[in-house]
Amino acid sequence: MSNTAEVVVIGGGIIGCSISYYLAKKGVSVICLEGSDHFGNGGSSRNGGGVRQSGRDPRELPLVMYGIKNFWPTLSDELEVDCEYHQDGNLRLGKTDKHKQILTGLTERAVKVGLDVKMIDGDEVRRINPYLSDEVTCASWCPTDGHANPLTTTLGYYKMARRLGVHFISGEEVIELKKVKGKLRKVVCASGDVYEGETVVLAAGYESRAIAATVGIDIPMQKAMLEALVTEAQPHMFDQMLGTAEADFYGHQTKHGSFVFGGSSGLEGYTKDNGTPICYSKTAPCICRGIMKYFPDLANAKIVRTWAGWMDRCADGVPVLGNVSEVPGLVLACGFSGHGFGIAPGASQQLAELITTGKTDVDLSALRYDRFKAKI
Amino acid sequence: MNSVNDRTRDIGPFVPGPDDDMLICRCEEVTKGEIRKAVHDGMWTITEIRRYLRTGMGLCQGQTCSKLVKGIVARELGVSPAELEPATSRVPMRPIEMHVFANEAKEDEANE
Repeated sequence: MSNTAEVVVIGGGIIGCSISYYLAKKGVSVICLEGSDHFGNGGSSRNGGGVRQSGRDPRELPLVMYGIKNFWPTLSDELEVDCEYHQDGNLRLGKTDKHKQILTGLTERAVKVGLDVKMIDGDEVRRINPYLSDEVTCASWCPTDGHANPLTTTLGYYKMARRLGVHFISGEEVIELKKVKGKLRKVVCASGDVYEGETVVLAAGYESRAIAATVGIDIPMQKAMLEALVTEAQPHMFDQMLGTAEADFYGHQTKHGSFVFGGSSGLEGYTKDNGTPICYSKTAPCICRGIMKYFPDLANAKIVRTWAGWMDRCADGVPVLGNVSEVPGLVLACGFSGHGFGIAPGASQQLAELITTGKTDVDLSALRYDRFKAKI
Repeated sequence: MNSVNDRTRDIGPFVPGPDDDMLICRCEEVTKGEIRKAVHDGMWTITEIRRYLRTGMGLCQGQTCSKLVKGIVARELGVSPAELEPATSRVPMRPIEMHVFANEAKEDEANE
């Protein structure tokens, strides 16, 4: 196969696979390179599956609203895979006055952008989800939020893009970008292979930082580990997506019947395994204690599996998307900061539009790479 | 690990087999035919197969079917099973009740 295509996409997670898909659908030739052995191997298949608008920064909110309106409801049909998409609302839970303050602020900012979200009290929370304990005193409620299966959705994009002719290669770790006559052109891999494209999309999660640095672009982001766990299948309880004011606990019941919950111990970044995403012994028990406080009924549910993954956390918690003035031909799609799953269809389709037409329906200017400023 | 794997390599068409209805992963009820089709959909590693179909994600965590799945995928790809990495084993070893797992620390000793 040729090492040249119109677009070279670096990163085979949900962002890379879905951008490849939307480009291929428009007839664009695409090469998609994944550094690890598996497509969808990073946060794309390790996240909690939230497809939510509430709780998001107003800068990225229009993009996720666009995706939920236009793509998510028909995604299973489009990708010929069961994405297990549920649009049954999101409860973002609070227990204290401080939580209520955080949630009220998030809600007010989201309403200004046009999102249907409101604050409700503890009794209203339990009318929506009767399994929640009395510790919950308030929540934000967004009825158009939901959840989906990150594994089948990510690999569904991969499958369909591959069927449309995208040239996918795994185990191809990118180490350098090179300009030709002032324009980005070459993508150099650790294997020695070199790929060429008119446009290069950088969607490699945290690894994007080192790759962008080879053409003088620095994106202020760090990787942070998150952990999640899954229970054995349980009788059906509820269909909402759940989160908390401090974003330290989130989850849902899957179609399979199991509960997927993510959470943290507060010791992330300081575990002895720092460097590889290996579960820390204190985290899963801590998540269990958290779950039982919200859902006393789940105390006897068995934990089947735990896992960990990195997120690419940007300095201001929202992604970096779009063109780069200093490097013509480079399109950034990284820094999704641990909530890149739900926003992926909207973000990727809009970036495919940007690449093919130079325009987008949703204004991406607040998510530019050059937005970061020192505090004084 | 991390060897270059071009997913456009021709592995031939999917040919239906007489035993495609055979259950391979008993916990999650995945058949041989589903596994073989997934390979033709591009799932070329045991990890991808597992995430796509849930093989080995049930109560036994693949302790029964992982070798069988590996053999089926290897044959479909025309490679030796030894070339395929197994999926990552995950904690805990056996399913464990949440209230037992939680006993690692008392709440007041944990980091609040």
